[in-house]
Amino acid sequence: MPFPEVSELLPTLAGPDAARRSDVDEWGRSEHVRTLARAVGSPLYDHWFRVEWEGLEKVPRSGGALLIANHGGAIPADAPMIMHGIERELGRPVYGLADRWFRSVPGVGTLWSRAGGVAAHPDNAHRLLRDQGQLALVFPEGEKGPSKLASERYRLRRFGRGGFVETAMRAGVPVVPIAVVGAEESMPILYRSRAGAKLLKVPYLPFTLNHLLLGPVLGSFVYLPAKFRFRVLEPVRFDVEPGLERYPRGQVMEAAEAIRRQMQETLYEMLAKRRSIWFG
Amino acid sequence: MGKRVLLTGLDTFWGGRVAAALEKDPEIELLLGLGTGPPSVQLERTEYVRADTSYSILSRIVRATKVDTVVHTFLILDSSSGSGRTLHETNVIGTMNLLAAAGASGSSVRHIVVKSSSVVYGSHPADPAWFAEETPRSRPPRSRLERSICEVESYVRDFAEDNPGVKVALFRVANVLGADIDTPLSRNLARKLLPYVAGYDPLVQFVEEDDVVRCFEYAVRAGLDGAYNLAGSGKLPVSEVAAIAGARRLPLSPFLTRRAAAPLVAARLISFPRELEELLKYGRGIDTGKLARAGFLPATSSAGAVERFAQANRLRKAVGGQLPRYRYEADVEAFFKHSPAVVGPDEPAAS
Repeated sequence: MPFPEVSELLPTLAGPDAARRSDVDEWGRSEHVRTLARAVGSPLYDHWFRVEWEGLEKVPRSGGALLIANHGGAIPADAPMIMHGIERELGRPVYGLADRWFRSVPGVGTLWSRAGGVAAHPDNAHRLLRDQGQLALVFPEGEKGPSKLASERYRLRRFGRGGFVETAMRAGVPVVPIAVVGAEESMPILYRSRAGAKLLKVPYLPFTLNHLLLGPVLGSFVYLPAKFRFRVLEPVRFDVEPGLERYPRGQVMEAAEAIRRQMQETLYEMLAKRRSIWFG
Repeated sequence: MGKRVLLTGLDTFWGGRVAAALEKDPEIELLLGLGTGPPSVQLERTEYVRADTSYSILSRIVRATKVDTVVHTFLILDSSSGSGRTLHETNVIGTMNLLAAAGASGSSVRHIVVKSSSVVYGSHPADPAWFAEETPRSRPPRSRLERSICEVESYVRDFAEDNPGVKVALFRVANVLGADIDTPLSRNLARKLLPYVAGYDPLVQFVEEDDVVRCFEYAVRAGLDGAYNLAGSGKLPVSEVAAIAGARRLPLSPFLTRRAAAPLVAARLISFPRELEELLKYGRGIDTGKLARAGFLPATSSAGAVERFAQANRLRKAVGGQLPRYRYEADVEAFFKHSPAVVGPDEPAAS
């Protein structure tokens, strides 16, 4: 060869991952960061919120499943606690699907992604559930859950447009509802500022009991030690053919509404039994 | 009868590389390369025509040479390389003229291969982690480059619709890295200073330059039809790209990023076109399953492409000045191609 290409002079690479320098997977999740998150989450899980599960055996040990839960507290602690709990008790990773707004926040988006968060996009959910057989966690209320005032706590908001049901139908996986008690009281919202939210370009700007007790700085990230109880309901399977582009709207809404009603009843039942917000 | 292939942009990186690769295919009877300047690589049997991309010239060439395959690779994908006008003229008008010439009545063209880019998908927080070929963009294009590539693709789609008898393969190529290619990102990495937007460390994908060439070779040979994503396997965070390439990371403010970067760009410390800024905030992933099912797998992964780039960079730094370089000499080339005196290849028989 009179004019060798530089590329022809290079050694061949050992394998597709030989050059990798980090353990970040295709979703942005890093086992390294998960270990850190576990180290931070463990004392919160065990000693602060003293999480207790009921019916954990209903979460599938293998294969894809869409976990859904009610969402509460200004900065909801329920998502990391559910992820932490299932990962520890079942040894399975949980990918938390969150509003895409998260991704646009510098620092927060990257950290959330490294800790197992994924942008809530139907394609992402489908790939996780159907192609990879993973557990994904979504909050069908969306931001309407955590943004509600303390006076409205434990009253489930609309479950979006039932997208989570359609996602589960398409992926051919069950929906596993989890009723959460305690998260609402860990950071209860007393007041929401609409103008402030607009100004700061955030979905909602809460003023919480934590702010009142601990001040504006500490109150923004220190939770009140409410007792957390998670109850896993019977998994809901859909008798439809997976992989379709679209499912009848009526069927989707009916299934979503049935799940919502069941979760709401479970929440009332759990609240009726609860003797103390702090001790359960 | 063998294939008769017309290549655009013979003077550009991709045109030269693809021509060199296609020359080895014995089924190709004629290789014709268009370019506004002389080819940058040594070519054995490719006929070079110095021609611009005006419609009248293209349609005359297509009619006179009876080519059946057109390989179109010369789209500009670096918005910092020229004015917006050049970008529009080259990408949109060039493609439009080429397709018009290929689709003229009585045209012999039966197969078109177009190199597009994954920038058609954009980069936005609402994006899925992986784009399939039919996944729509999350937001309409805003930058000049994205708009121009989207326009090019719409012309290609229209052409495919208007000419059902012609196979049209469209490749949406991820960011390319490798031993030789020059892109804004490779320039930053070669300078050992990679700008990033503070607070963001998105996942990005790369494809190795030789894989792109092999893919076009395969597309011509196999007669691929339709849109395909092309990228190396896997994704990696931008911070890891800097680590593999041994580049220091330079944080830019997440607010008013362009303004923060402007003095650094002006001082030629970094290259930071708008498409790179968006990529460095939200990244992009394209799903290459369709191309794999069509029979093509890139040899190098995303991380591997970065590693190859880093190796080439180190090698060049050590011995760069000593590597011989090809220079096009019109008279010599004409002699080798057309003189009856030449009876064998001008390479030593041993190689």
